[in-house]
Amino acid sequence: MDPAIFLIQVLNGVQYGLLLFLVASGLTLIFGIMGIINLAHGSFYMLGAYLAFSLTRFIPNFWLSIVVGIALAFAVGIILEWLVMRLLYHRDHLYQVLLTYGLILIFEELRSLVWGDDVHGVPVPAALAFSIPLTDTLSYQVYRLAMSAICLAIAFGMYWLIQRTRLGMMIRAGSVNRDMVQSLGINIGLVYRLVFALGLALAALAGMLAAPVSSVYPGMGNQVLIISFVVVVIGGIGSVKGALVAALAIGLADTFGKVLAPQIAGMVVYLLMAAVLLWRPQGIFGRA
Amino acid sequence: MPRPAQILLLAVLLALAAFPLVGEKFYIQFVTKVMIMALFAMSLDLLVGYAGLVSLGHALPFGLAAYALMLMTPEYQAPGFWLSIAASMSVAAIASLVVGLLVLRTSGIYFIMVTLAFGQMAYYYVHDSKHLGGSDGKYIYVRPALEMFGWKPFDLENPAHFYYVVLALMVFVYTTIRILLASPFGRVVVAIRENEHRLRMLGYATFRYKLVCFILAGMLAGLAGWLAAAHDGLVNPEMLSWHQSGQLLMMVILGGMGTPAGPILGAAALKALELVFQGWTKHWQLLLGLFIVASVLFMPRGLAQVLEWKRRSAPTR
Repeated sequence: MDPAIFLIQVLNGVQYGLLLFLVASGLTLIFGIMGIINLAHGSFYMLGAYLAFSLTRFIPNFWLSIVVGIALAFAVGIILEWLVMRLLYHRDHLYQVLLTYGLILIFEELRSLVWGDDVHGVPVPAALAFSIPLTDTLSYQVYRLAMSAICLAIAFGMYWLIQRTRLGMMIRAGSVNRDMVQSLGINIGLVYRLVFALGLALAALAGMLAAPVSSVYPGMGNQVLIISFVVVVIGGIGSVKGALVAALAIGLADTFGKVLAPQIAGMVVYLLMAAVLLWRPQGIFGRA
Repeated sequence: MPRPAQILLLAVLLALAAFPLVGEKFYIQFVTKVMIMALFAMSLDLLVGYAGLVSLGHALPFGLAAYALMLMTPEYQAPGFWLSIAASMSVAAIASLVVGLLVLRTSGIYFIMVTLAFGQMAYYYVHDSKHLGGSDGKYIYVRPALEMFGWKPFDLENPAHFYYVVLALMVFVYTTIRILLASPFGRVVVAIRENEHRLRMLGYATFRYKLVCFILAGMLAGLAGWLAAAHDGLVNPEMLSWHQSGQLLMMVILGGMGTPAGPILGAAALKALELVFQGWTKHWQLLLGLFIVASVLFMPRGLAQVLEWKRRSAPTR
């Protein structure tokens, strides 16, 4: 393979992987800490993309609209947790699956009511709307590089939040023993609410960042949701580090699968999952 | 089963048997579809309600069996009735064996996610395969036909005949599952759900029991898939989509999982609701979603519980 093409594929794979990480890390946090399986996570990705579409039309600055979007998504997360999620903590996973499945139908129809069923595009922010030439004919979009950088920064930020701050300590403790943390005088309900809203905001951010490179279309959350599940299964439930490693592996496997074996490209990701399940059913970084 | 329930079941059966004599064609076909979904839901209840395995990929054997029928149907010639059923159910069984060997290594949340992921794998495979019709799917121009020594007991092209075939198969599957659950095999499966560790200590090879149960449920789903494809005269990737699996799970829960008639009740209720909502608004899925959320929050044990059906071997959670 030509080195320039190879480089482009690696960059694409890493960028796709990092984007998946944003969605999957929220999913794995909500699993690992709250014990909630959230099928509606893909809807939040979609919500983010549609928010980016609307906000960039009212707010001239792309980055400002992203900040507003994150704030809105965080608020939605707080409300949703208060409204329904907190009723699910002591329920069987089965009911969590059903309720969040119902939420998907609701979000999808609300999207249809608010934004309609058309496909939309979001312009790449002007400051980044150029490409770096690699050879005479090939070049790489700077916006994609910026996306990867933002995702990486967030990955580091999350590591710092969870491992180095007081809130992170409460989150980690809450995932081990909810009742003990509660009796030590920590408002675990509030911690859960923040974690859920954080996860939702991360998924929405992924959708907003992806909007300029992919288009904004109905049902866009579903595929991302399923691939994020695969990421979480491979990485191990509750492990943010595992989500990062698995997301990068999936991103690269998917990108190179499309180039090297286009006939079975759709299956590569799942074959990878099957292989990991045979080797370590609890995921690479999962606790047995 | 308490006596009132027995009487109710008999009444429902009689009403179903008499329905084609009075119903319009649209409703005969509607009830046929409901019964196919009921059969499908019963197969999932075997996993969710009795074996305690929450599968979110049960559309996989259903859809693959449907595609098997499509591949067995030449353009203008009817495939054999028993032969195509056997082929479809075999495809479903083999697929369930392969998937089961992998997914049964996991449990809990993992099991839900992994079954979902494998279901989606099959969906994308079919969706991306040109020879299977891609995203549009393919038509089945002629329905399977049964001919024994020159005698044709029924004609599936006739909606009423199809109706009675489905009714007979539904009763057959219902009875089979009852017998299966009363057998030593069924007892062990339910016991594994309650406490797998203990069963393993008692010397049962629990993995094998779960695998056999998974394959059986897959084969029954395959039967439902065969029926659905033959009835609608077409197959498409949506038969394999996770919305299919999600909706099916809703039917099982709505009816009351682990209850004898729950899946039938759930399938009928959900399909009827859909019909009503679709008559009201284009955005009927919004109402369906709200209904699902409300029923999870306020009616966790399903309609069977509301009708005060005695729950014999259902989990108390």
